[in-house]
Amino acid sequence: MAGRFKPIMMTAAVFFLVAAVAPLFVPSWATLFALILAKSIVVLGIILLLQAGQVSFGHAMFFVTGAYSAAFWGKYVGGGDIVLYLVLGAASSTVLGFIVGLFVMRYREIFFGMLNLAFSMVLWSLLEKMFHYTNGADGIRVARPGFLGLAFTPEAFQYVILYVSLLIAIAAFFGVQRYLDSPLGHMLRAIKSNETRLEYLGTSARRVLLVGYVISAFLGGIGGTLVAIIQQIATPEFGYWTKSGEFVFIAILGGGAHAFGAFAGAAMFEVVRFYAAAQLVNAWQLILGVVLIVIILYAPNGLIGFRQRDNRSKEGGH
Amino acid sequence: MNSTLAILAVLDGISYAALVFLVSVGLSLIFGVLRVVNVAHGSFYAFGAYLAATFSLAVAPLSPWLTYPALVAASIVIGVVCGGLIERFLLRPLYGRDDVLQLLITFAAFMVMDNLQRLIWGVQPIFANEPLKLLSNISVFGVNYTSYQVLLLPCVALLTLIGLRYFLRRTLAGAVIMAVTEDREAATAIGIDAKRVYFVTFIIGASFAALGGALALPTTSLVPGMGADMIVLSFAVAATAGLGQIEGTAVTALMIGLARAFIIYIQPEFEVLVPYLLMVMVLLVRPYGLFGATQLRKI
Repeated sequence: MAGRFKPIMMTAAVFFLVAAVAPLFVPSWATLFALILAKSIVVLGIILLLQAGQVSFGHAMFFVTGAYSAAFWGKYVGGGDIVLYLVLGAASSTVLGFIVGLFVMRYREIFFGMLNLAFSMVLWSLLEKMFHYTNGADGIRVARPGFLGLAFTPEAFQYVILYVSLLIAIAAFFGVQRYLDSPLGHMLRAIKSNETRLEYLGTSARRVLLVGYVISAFLGGIGGTLVAIIQQIATPEFGYWTKSGEFVFIAILGGGAHAFGAFAGAAMFEVVRFYAAAQLVNAWQLILGVVLIVIILYAPNGLIGFRQRDNRSKEGGH
Repeated sequence: MNSTLAILAVLDGISYAALVFLVSVGLSLIFGVLRVVNVAHGSFYAFGAYLAATFSLAVAPLSPWLTYPALVAASIVIGVVCGGLIERFLLRPLYGRDDVLQLLITFAAFMVMDNLQRLIWGVQPIFANEPLKLLSNISVFGVNYTSYQVLLLPCVALLTLIGLRYFLRRTLAGAVIMAVTEDREAATAIGIDAKRVYFVTFIIGASFAALGGALALPTTSLVPGMGADMIVLSFAVAATAGLGQIEGTAVTALMIGLARAFIIYIQPEFEVLVPYLLMVMVLLVRPYGLFGATQLRKI
């Protein structure tokens, strides 16, 4: 398996290198790449669940939790540090992921997706309607935090957050791969292929899925915190169902079979949005929608699937 | 809360439930037969409303009464054209493949339609309430209300429910749909064209969503994003009832409609929360929905 994925690891290395170097020459790319990396971290969580054959259509609830933990801290406590925000975002989304996970673990496929959607819509309506605490649909501004006690100018800050995102993304990328290669990760995949047999082996499929779910919530929270810091705002729209759909979209676009799919998909998605949104305000979704349709119909393994010559993952996946 | 407000809330709830039912029942029907969660369903609703606005604004100068057939025509056009195209070219190649892909391709269709809607009809709110003005107001226990909302909408919803039941249980075409739903292979073996059944069912379901949109037109203003809001709401109704449960959808729509209407008068900020909270609570206890049997493959 390691040999088969080598070209992908090379591509991943090149991608991370480009993300680190290219923005030094084109300053507007700093934010673009930071967003790509932050979104990729969330999508890594979606890919984890896809390994178990489960699709969460409510994952934006963890994303929005991460974003709002930074926003609330800024609003009610004041001051702030990237590291503090990340710890807060990760902790709150992990706790939420554990609590929600305890409930959704009991269900699979459409019921799993539905229940996730329902939970996320409850959170969204609370954020949207508790105007007094959350400013409603306008959201809460996230003031530019410091980093390890240092303050930065806006120009320097976009690079700081880029490199923070890059480090976390690389760690998450290798962490997720390590996890998927571990016994626990293999058991996660076994939920997709044959859950009954997994139970026969004496493991609890629910517990295996719960671990995967909590990790994926953790990644969602970190990504949400990063996006809130990058865009300097947290709005309820971060937790709306279309956001959840967007993450699944990116995962399928990039390819759910390998962790790098998250990065390939997010890069494609954000680049199209970055350039198309400027020229065609009301058409960038249309373009992405058409791209997704083409990918699903003609390349169901996603962008990274183009590189895989043999069809083994196809046979295993469907 | 006095009795006038209570009656008002009940009337609000009923008229709202009628619209939500029309959309949800289409979603439920499509899921029941095709096993596809149609994310583009809200777009059919929005397109139905917008096309109905275009049609009725065009015919209103001739005679305001023509707006009624215009609403129906708009929903059929959307159902057949949009529904037909999506089933034929997007869903059909994916039958038998991963559920995720089927769901996601309707999500892609939703994204495309959402933008098309902005490109075709713009982002400014659109009003067209001729049909509402044509019918007089009526007084229900001393509360004045438009008869369009308290009589026409519930009647359409009720006729839809009865008609759909009759169609599925008493006609040959309905029996064919039921057969494919029950066991696709066996149905194909006795010569039923399952692909055609899927095609027709999807068009019927899409038309219901578009009809819901068209009938909502006189009571609301059309804004971008209305489709995205409606799909989750109708999904909440359909899932709470149990996907594929037609009568259950009617009861649940009424329940959620009334609950929402009362909440608006008591604690307005929780209006949007109600359906989703109800959905969470029901699904936690009964994942197959209030009316769903453990064997879900049923319409």
